Amino acid sequence: MTSATAARPESLRVNNQVLLALAVVAALAVALCGFVTLAPNRLVSGKPVALWQAAPSSGPVIIALVLALAGLALAPPIRALHRFAAMLAAMLIVVALYAAGGAAQRLGAGMSALARVSLGAGFWVVIAAAALIVVDGLQRAAAGPLERVAFALAIVAALAGLAASGALDALSLVHEYNNRQGGFSAAVIRHIELVAGSVLPAIAVGVPLGLLSIRRERSRGPIFVTLNLLQTIPSIALFGLLIAPLAALGLGGVGPLPALIALTLYALLPVARSTAAGLGGIDATIADAARGMGMTGRQILWRVEVPLAAPVLLAGLRIVVVQAIGLTVVAALIGAGGLGSFVFEGLGQDAADLVLLGALPAILLALAADFLLQLLAASVRR
Amino acid sequence: MIEIDRVRKTYDGRTVVDDLSLTVPDGAFCVFLGPSGCGKSTTLRMINRLVTTDSGTIRVDGEDIASLPEAALRRRIGYAIQSTGLFPHWRVEDNIATVPRLLGWPRGRIADRVTELLELFRLAPETYRRKYPHELSGGEQQRVGVARALAADPALLLMDEPFAAVDPITRDALQAELARIHKSTGKTIVFVTHDIDEALRLATDIAILNRGRVAQFATPQDLLENPASDFVRDFVGTQGIGLKLLSVRKVRERMRPGETAEGAPISADAPLRDALSLMTVRAAALLPVADESGRVVGTIALSDLVR
Repeated sequence: MTSATAARPESLRVNNQVLLALAVVAALAVALCGFVTLAPNRLVSGKPVALWQAAPSSGPVIIALVLALAGLALAPPIRALHRFAAMLAAMLIVVALYAAGGAAQRLGAGMSALARVSLGAGFWVVIAAAALIVVDGLQRAAAGPLERVAFALAIVAALAGLAASGALDALSLVHEYNNRQGGFSAAVIRHIELVAGSVLPAIAVGVPLGLLSIRRERSRGPIFVTLNLLQTIPSIALFGLLIAPLAALGLGGVGPLPALIALTLYALLPVARSTAAGLGGIDATIADAARGMGMTGRQILWRVEVPLAAPVLLAGLRIVVVQAIGLTVVAALIGAGGLGSFVFEGLGQDAADLVLLGALPAILLALAADFLLQLLAASVRR
Repeated sequence: MIEIDRVRKTYDGRTVVDDLSLTVPDGAFCVFLGPSGCGKSTTLRMINRLVTTDSGTIRVDGEDIASLPEAALRRRIGYAIQSTGLFPHWRVEDNIATVPRLLGWPRGRIADRVTELLELFRLAPETYRRKYPHELSGGEQQRVGVARALAADPALLLMDEPFAAVDPITRDALQAELARIHKSTGKTIVFVTHDIDEALRLATDIAILNRGRVAQFATPQDLLENPASDFVRDFVGTQGIGLKLLSVRKVRERMRPGETAEGAPISADAPLRDALSLMTVRAAALLPVADESGRVVGTIALSDLVR
């Protein structure tokens, strides 16, 4: 009997506080917030509908998954169980979206064609908590790059399958997508074009500027003072400032051109900074030895300095690309197009789901770019 | 042969090398010795044009180095430095192969040369060629650094305080190895140090530098016996000068040929300092002396040391 009481605290030890906290947050969100919202038309804000009313059949699965994850927080911290938690959380993401799609069908069935079922606060909290659990689980399981890619692809494939099956068609977000179908892929492509069209010139200009700042000590101050100054101008102001001079030059003050110029200017500082930090951080005796053995300046740069600075350079590139994807949303204000056009149109119409149609893909693009560049950096570091 | 002819170097009005002339004969182990700031490192770096001369000329094997393309000049001169300068992202074999690759040697020849050099430095090729520099000890890194400098078999090797950053025991082993390699390859070595004992141990010729000028250029023994100035006398150090003299003279110079004595013999090529040490340890005033083959060829007595 004494041994039984002594064993109790042992068996209830929380081995993963992060997992427990996230599971509790998800459980509270399901209990207290609406899982979806129901509105008579797309312009009126909806009324929250709780999970058990919205999805009586798949709701219990969600609750069971959340409870199972909370239970895993008490399990012994071994890699297989961390991986299992990540898998359950990935399932939770897919099931939650499936439940929301089902709820939209059920709730919309008795209503007029104008009625809209949107994703509620409870849904978003569950999805966010589940995504964090996936990341945490893979980290604790010390998953390699291949496993991480496999996880990401599996989740994306499941969600794509769900969308293709028509299970989500009743959701307001999908209505908005269907209304814009032609425009959506064009907007995504334009968004990517704007990001690439500003990051690539920023690299072409920023890397030489960063190099110059470490090769010529005296140029360092002016270069970074200028770039820092550019960075402090609010993006909307910079877009606005470019309108007049470009219009005066006859190049058009609105549209993609001023957006590309402004986005390039913003990307210059992080590019130049990480170039200077990466190449300037290399032990000077290494370059001295390379020179002393008869490497040319170009050979030293490409064979020695760039590979050694690669982790820092790629970390800088990650920041630049993610920042550019976000800023490009704002560029829609001056008619540059891209996903931001849905965001601002939605804001103008007070249609939250149209805002989401622009914001969600932008977030996913940023996450995907971040993930890919992280993988690249990991493979370079070896 | 390296002929340094009246070279001068000024940094921001401060003269670092001042009208310096010096001729290093082929096969010499020439040590530039002096206090910090005396211009020894700058002079060394002028030979492979890492530092440009303000005036004067330097000729290597009769050719004015200013007339040669920079990179080509450096590829035929070995270069090793204090912090090794090994490329941390390259394996040992890639580091050693640096200059042969720049010279476009075929792959097989490079691989053979790497193996040969690792063996020369007593690093087992199969264990070491695939390692990264951070996986090596300080002494091993320095060996690889010197092996890299020797990779393309240059006739001339420049070494800038290569052993200054390693512990005394490792330094001792590295010095012995370098002496062995100098003897077996016959390369011309120019070596910079501020350590008088290292210079006495390794050099065939020592150039003592002071304020950018040559204070004295002589053999180690000559330097100890006939210092040219008070500066040289002070730098060489009056304390322990007798022991330093014993460390530059060989047993062969003082031995009595044909005689024999009891006990394990000392090598005829060992410094007299070792003989004194051995006598102290054995409490013996007489030691047998052996040649390279281990055959006893004579004796050396305590009184011979002070003749």
